[in-house]
Amino acid sequence: MQVTSTVRKPLVTGGKTVHDVTEDICRHVESKPNKLWGMAFGISVITLLIGSIAVVATVWNGIGMWGLNKTVGWAWDITNFVWWVGIGHAGTLISAVLLLFRQKWRMAINRASEAMTIFAVICAAQFPILHMGRPWLGAYWALPLPNTFGSLWVNFNSPLLWDVFAISTYFSVSLVFWYIGLVPDFASIRDRAKGIRKMIYGALSLGWNGAAKTWSRYESVSLVLAGLATPLVLSVHTIVSFDFATSVIPGWHTTIFPPYFVAGAIFSGFAMVLTLMIVTREVFKLHDYITMEHIELMNIVIIVTGSIVGIAYITEFFVAWYSGVPAEQYAFFNRMQGPYWWAYWSMMTCNVISPQLFWFKKIRTNIAATFIISIIVNIGMWFERFVIIVTSLHRDFLPSSWAMFYPTVYDAGVYLFTFGLFFTCFFLFAKFFPVINMAEVKSIIKSSSEKTAE
Amino acid sequence: MSDSKNYILGVYDDEDVLLKAVGKIRGAGIKIDEVYSPFPVHGLDEELGYKRSRLPIAAFMFGALGTTLALVMQIWMLGVDWPMIIGGKNHVALPDFVPVTFELTVLLAAFGMVGTFFVSSDLKPWKKPNLLDIRITDDKHIMAIDLSKNGAMAEDVISSTLKDSGAVEVNNKQVEE
Repeated sequence: MQVTSTVRKPLVTGGKTVHDVTEDICRHVESKPNKLWGMAFGISVITLLIGSIAVVATVWNGIGMWGLNKTVGWAWDITNFVWWVGIGHAGTLISAVLLLFRQKWRMAINRASEAMTIFAVICAAQFPILHMGRPWLGAYWALPLPNTFGSLWVNFNSPLLWDVFAISTYFSVSLVFWYIGLVPDFASIRDRAKGIRKMIYGALSLGWNGAAKTWSRYESVSLVLAGLATPLVLSVHTIVSFDFATSVIPGWHTTIFPPYFVAGAIFSGFAMVLTLMIVTREVFKLHDYITMEHIELMNIVIIVTGSIVGIAYITEFFVAWYSGVPAEQYAFFNRMQGPYWWAYWSMMTCNVISPQLFWFKKIRTNIAATFIISIIVNIGMWFERFVIIVTSLHRDFLPSSWAMFYPTVYDAGVYLFTFGLFFTCFFLFAKFFPVINMAEVKSIIKSSSEKTAE
Repeated sequence: MSDSKNYILGVYDDEDVLLKAVGKIRGAGIKIDEVYSPFPVHGLDEELGYKRSRLPIAAFMFGALGTTLALVMQIWMLGVDWPMIIGGKNHVALPDFVPVTFELTVLLAAFGMVGTFFVSSDLKPWKKPNLLDIRITDDKHIMAIDLSKNGAMAEDVISSTLKDSGAVEVNNKQVEE
């Protein structure tokens, strides 16, 4: 028995019926793509192609094409890697953690954010693979396979190897979670389609017929997958932070890293979800499904995680000072006042100050403001990783090896490549997949939709 | 020999009416073959008398297998087959093995459970869906009653019970097997 809440705002507006949900979502899959989509897709593909030049140059000539030097051996590559992985945290968090907390507002946004997660993780994976220099070898050297060279097995004591397992598990489990949710919706498209489309969506929907027995199993699978994915989401960025935290570099060697990275990841992930959802909502006219309520709730998550990140920055500083370790104190002093002061203060402004604007209801319920802040947050989160990585490395233990990092056009090109890849994938998804989880939204039509006068 | 099944289909457009209807119809001694819905209806499986799915148990078993395999792999590789001192740690430095063990546990549990789900629900790309009504994946709940399993019951009694329970339509459907 469902109870209609008098406190919560409706999650579906416009007096939609269950049939309207099918119509509104399937329409975009069935109709010819509009001009706006064509332009956006075209730009993404061009970006991908331009970026590919940098990727080919990097693979052909080696990573000397990048601006790395002996002192700063990790810079944009790992910054971009952590940035993309961080963005990839919101999708599974929305679908898994919010499912466990029974937050129904996840239903309109989980499909697109899971897609975003998958594409972001694919983009993230490009960087460690390219940084291997010879990716055709690196791709399997990272796996525990029997071999005849060097040390016989991979090093299970290394956080870099933990990352290989964490990211690939996260990717594949997220993919399965996403696909399971798509099956009933593919069936809806299948039953409206004809010809080749019916065959393709028919195969994708695995012969789904909506039997109560199958739904019952489906529900327990979703619940257990959510239970498995929740610690998985938290583990992935924890393990990414171990790449830094288990080293002995001042500024990296801190126990605060795992929770701080996880909060930052959710923060940037939600910002990217907002950026994408605001655009998708406009292009596909989904205002009745992705309502102001959804946007406001996401903005509240951004305030919470943004504040956690802010506290983490301050705590790091305090502990660096309180530890009495000169190297640690210097690393943080150098971040604030050294040659990379501009990166540090960009990070502080974008990540600590800008999300606090969402305390004002006027701002968090304003589409334009939300869109701008969501982009600012992601710029800030990129600078956070850049600050952590580059400012900690560039002042080495020996002053004679101090150096600066200057990115080359190839650093920028590879980054551009991942943007092209991400948006190409996302626009293809938006065209050929149901962007909103129809089955789930249908299940809340009765309890959480705005009623028209009857 | 072509075998055909005669179904009476009750069409419902409201999940709460459907839930109550299932109880009423089962109470009247009519056997329901299956109910088909466009979205998950909470409590429908209990009303239909289905047992709780044992898929979580499958997930646990696959997860336990993942944990075991991960530990055996790491301990054997670094502790038995080619022991090396890395960073002054023990050959078998168990705390270092936690992340990979955790990841493989989750990986096997998730894939094992989903695989089991596909097999047990007979979901596969080449399967024909056999829909009793095309509106199942849109907005209608269909209650299928197999006439041959309700031998003693007259067809019109079933039809009127379905109508009384709130079905918006009652249809007959023959399915060739």
